Amino acid sequence: MSAAATPAVTTAAMDEHRPSIWRAALRMGRTRVGIVLTLLLAGVALVGPYVAPFGPTDFVDMPSTRDVPGTLLGTDYFGQDVWSRFLHGGRQILLLALVATALGLVLGASLGMYAAYRRGRADEAIMRSLDVILSFPQVLLSLVVIAMFGPSSWLIVLTVALSTTPRAARIIRGAAISVVERDFVLAADALGESRPRIVVAEILPNVTAALLVEANLRLTYAIGLIASLAFLGFTPNPNAANWGLMVQENRLSLAEQPWGTLLPTLAIALLTIGTGLIGDGLSRAAAGIDRGRAQD
Amino acid sequence: MSATSTEGRRDGVAGGLVIEGLRVDVEATGHDVVDEVSLAVPAGRVLGLVGESGSGKTTVGLAVLGHARRGVRIVGGTVRCAGIDVLGLDDAGRRSLRGGRVSYVPQDPASALNPALRIGVQLREVLEAHDFGGSSAAREARLAEMMAEVLLPGDAGYLARYPHQLSGGQQQRVGLAMAFACRPSVLVLDEPTTGLDVSTQAHVLATVRDLTRRHGVAALYITHDLAVVADLADDVAVMYAGRIVERGTVREIFAAPAHPYTRHLVAAAPDIAGREGLVGLVGRAPAPGRRPAGCAFAPRCTLATDACRAAFPAAVRVAEGHEARCVHARPATLSRPPLGGASAREEGNVTLRVEGLSASYTGVRVVHDVSFDVSRGECLAIVGESGSGKTTVSRCIGGLHKEWVGTVTLGWAVLARDARARALQQRLGIQYVFQNPYGSLNPRRTVGATIRRPLVLAGVDDATADRTVAETLERVALTASYANRYPDQLSGGERQRVAIARALAHRPDVLVCDEITSALDVVVQAAIVELLASLRRDLGLSMLFVTHNLPLVRSIADSVVVMSEGRIVERGSAASVIDAPREDYTRRLIADTPSIVRALA
Amino acid sequence: MPIVKFVARRSLYGLVSLVVVSLLIFLVTQAFPSDPAERILGREATPESLEALREQFGLNDPLHEQYLGWLGGILTGDFGTSYATQVRVSEYIGPRVGNSLFLLLLGAVASIPVSIAIGAYAALRRDRAFDTGSSLVSLVLAAMPEFVVGTLLVVLLATNVAQWLPAVTYLEVGSPPWSDWPGLVLPVATLVISVAPYVARVMRASMIEVLESDYVEMARLKGMPERVVLWRHGFPNAVGPIFQVVALNLAYLAGGVVVVERLFNFPGIGSAIADSVVARDLPVIQFLALIIAAVYVLTNLLADLGTVLVTPRLRTRLR
Repeated sequence: MSAAATPAVTTAAMDEHRPSIWRAALRMGRTRVGIVLTLLLAGVALVGPYVAPFGPTDFVDMPSTRDVPGTLLGTDYFGQDVWSRFLHGGRQILLLALVATALGLVLGASLGMYAAYRRGRADEAIMRSLDVILSFPQVLLSLVVIAMFGPSSWLIVLTVALSTTPRAARIIRGAAISVVERDFVLAADALGESRPRIVVAEILPNVTAALLVEANLRLTYAIGLIASLAFLGFTPNPNAANWGLMVQENRLSLAEQPWGTLLPTLAIALLTIGTGLIGDGLSRAAAGIDRGRAQD
Repeated sequence: MSATSTEGRRDGVAGGLVIEGLRVDVEATGHDVVDEVSLAVPAGRVLGLVGESGSGKTTVGLAVLGHARRGVRIVGGTVRCAGIDVLGLDDAGRRSLRGGRVSYVPQDPASALNPALRIGVQLREVLEAHDFGGSSAAREARLAEMMAEVLLPGDAGYLARYPHQLSGGQQQRVGLAMAFACRPSVLVLDEPTTGLDVSTQAHVLATVRDLTRRHGVAALYITHDLAVVADLADDVAVMYAGRIVERGTVREIFAAPAHPYTRHLVAAAPDIAGREGLVGLVGRAPAPGRRPAGCAFAPRCTLATDACRAAFPAAVRVAEGHEARCVHARPATLSRPPLGGASAREEGNVTLRVEGLSASYTGVRVVHDVSFDVSRGECLAIVGESGSGKTTVSRCIGGLHKEWVGTVTLGWAVLARDARARALQQRLGIQYVFQNPYGSLNPRRTVGATIRRPLVLAGVDDATADRTVAETLERVALTASYANRYPDQLSGGERQRVAIARALAHRPDVLVCDEITSALDVVVQAAIVELLASLRRDLGLSMLFVTHNLPLVRSIADSVVVMSEGRIVERGSAASVIDAPREDYTRRLIADTPSIVRALA
Repeated sequence: MPIVKFVARRSLYGLVSLVVVSLLIFLVTQAFPSDPAERILGREATPESLEALREQFGLNDPLHEQYLGWLGGILTGDFGTSYATQVRVSEYIGPRVGNSLFLLLLGAVASIPVSIAIGAYAALRRDRAFDTGSSLVSLVLAAMPEFVVGTLLVVLLATNVAQWLPAVTYLEVGSPPWSDWPGLVLPVATLVISVAPYVARVMRASMIEVLESDYVEMARLKGMPERVVLWRHGFPNAVGPIFQVVALNLAYLAGGVVVVERLFNFPGIGSAIADSVVARDLPVIQFLALIIAAVYVLTNLLADLGTVLVTPRLRTRLR
């Protein structure tokens, strides 16, 4: 009797399909805390401007005073309401960071996957040129470019994206190389699938875990970088409320009016910690998934 | 006999290895990895512990040294080495035992030797840790002696090498020297020849045999390769799903297996001197936590009754020193089909012709002027050791390796070098099945979508494609319901069937099989071999079967070309090449291949 | 000596990439939309005086001559004159480079051994309290940008909660950086906190990989004492990847100092960068960018050398 004629034996207990990386990450306490923190701060940043009692640049009372009637936390160095400035000050950072991360990630992931798939000279050329960008510290790179053309929103997005690209490309290339070496990519080659299709249909679905982890990591940095640039005085609008700028403006009156500094500092801290925790949860989940694969 | 070897023998008489009721659990869940394992290896004898991957062989081997890997724990039973209760020892006691009384030879010497330390350092530290001989002069003398015993040069220059500067065979000899350094009474060898070429394997096995006999060591030899066991061991224990299901002498186990699983193992093992075909077994052994209450083999067993499912059967004595844990234990063998079966070869109707193929890697020529024909319905095996160029040849034919010259003709069309430069019908006409089924299927795509892809490329409409996917799955002995599954829900054998189904979907002319069974357990391998035979018979498919496994060739191929160092050294029908080799190289290869039939003769 | 050849080859490679970087820096800074002469003399300057100044700075020469002139100047130690301060760049920046390097070095020296120790110990205590604790702390610290960490430190240790340390440094340009050591504590602490978590995490991962390796298991199965297993078999294999991470982080620190120096009013290149960017002081920006690129190239060279030295497989491959 040949095997073809015998009835197929279904495995006694069919294995579950591997859970998605999000589900695995959500089982971890740190991911949940991260999501709560991120949602909270993102909520403040996005909804804040609509519920703030004062406009971001309204003069309210004496500068740097803690107890001002009609205000929650007093006034800042310029006599503006700290609480209102705080509520107005997150949106720009968050939106710029999101756009910059998305842009840098798409660019970096595409380059990384393409380099990994083609190997050889194309790989070498792409990665070497990205290394040149990498040799400038992120902050400096942004500073120089912004200094040339002035701190407009799109320029900040572009420079942050530019400094994100080589890092994302490196990581995604690393993840993609282990995928490219697996035979199903070779099988697609043998079938004569088009190269873009191989990158999109064979490689991309297998680096989503790395991509997700990297997205979170890069978002954390983008928030930090954009806030740092604002702290150094480079914002699209130097009068507008911005958490990074607030720290710079108010830090010299820390003793008399700590809220002006402390509130935005804590906001940035909690936001980045939140996204950082989510990223760590995801990367742990991804490691677990990878381990599962290594064992079978 | 020298004084040292009699001393070794005296140690051995003190006990050898005795394991009783060993149980090792997964720490987190309490599920057993192995349970009720009892073994005895007298001094001077070799016990072969066989079983498929995941059966718990290595876990038992490590427990002999009182070691459990991360995440598992030894929870019960006793292990006695030369009279010492291993599991009762404290940390210091265990340290002095390991490497001293009991040694371990690991599976992969390349990863078990520290890449940052010279081999001399790694050898000397064992002697130092156990204060062998009491003086550094004595240790140096012993070092020289053991290098000589494993047939390696012992000069300072050689000892100053790093592991990566040695070949695989040399690395494993260093591993053996390390294991024998302090004259152990008990030796655990964990698949020490896996991944080595047969000639290297033969040398390592000869060294193991010589040293264990000479020094009266009790050796536990863990392997999945029955022929190696038949060649080397005195006794055999068969493991299945964490339990010893049968044990006895080599002759008893191979000539009169009493457990149905053992019978399948024996009937699935290809043998270079065998005259019978292979019998496969579908399904897979249950993992820890999934094991049924009774006999774990019952779900795959044709003899299973309610009694089997009620409780794990007690040991049944079959003969002197031969017992099996099976309700239906009785000595018997499976009936096996005749070797080779009916060939479907249509002489003169050439499907694939390779002429003057030479291939290079970045300018270095690795394949020289290779020519052969494959007729319709024929299975041609390309056999060779690692580095012989056999896989490169198959990749050139498949258009996956681009650096080659020569002519490859499919039907009447001469093929371009690169798959991308070939016409769609040509690409679909040659289908490649890869070695590792764990890497050849996209884990993010369902089985159905994978098999469908060549059909979509060929422009087949949806309804026809659906029907073809279902038919193809059934053709490879799976059911249509597999189309909705992902690869991680399948066993290795099932995955390889899916990979074959993908290759078959658009009715290729030639199937190129690149070591497609080498990642599979032996009973699964036999089932795949059966499948390929039926495909050839039913579809008139031509096949190129690339393998390092010479015994397997007999069971699958009509004809064979033997490759060495990029050249064809011998060709002919499978039977004539294996039974009456003309070339020295082939003769040596066959002589070095262990065989159950020869061992029992 | 193959190792000398290796260093020579890599140095040459580094030098070539520095030249490429210098060209890039030059081209990028040339793209500044403003006229330096006008910036220096102000809007009321006469066209004649502007022209004279352009001539003096060589701004009317063709681009490639300007570049070669600049490159030639660098090779002879002449980095030009600051537009904003009219002082020689070397005079203006020299002491600040020293200050920043001192800060950087102090940060590296303080963070690297500690983080390696923490990472290695966390690996040994994998999944126990120390490991989970240190991983969470490092995660939280690594997420925050430097100025947030620094501000929190100031709030905690220098102003609102406790007043143990000065909130800013009172270091004069020209005096040695250690003359105001209390003022160094918080900047260094900020740098340490922003770098140590990375090194610790990589060390932990590397150490875990090594501890799970076959050769460490084999060392235990040979009966080696745990001390030997860890220090002879484990640790040397685990520190290999650390060099690369340390190099990457030193380069990253070079960027981080911009923010940290600004936060603590530390007179280093960081504050000079911010100032010269605002003033569009091209010669200073060019010089600083080149210095930072050189630091990057040098640390990478050292890291590659370190990796090769501790990895026999790479070392023996040198010809």
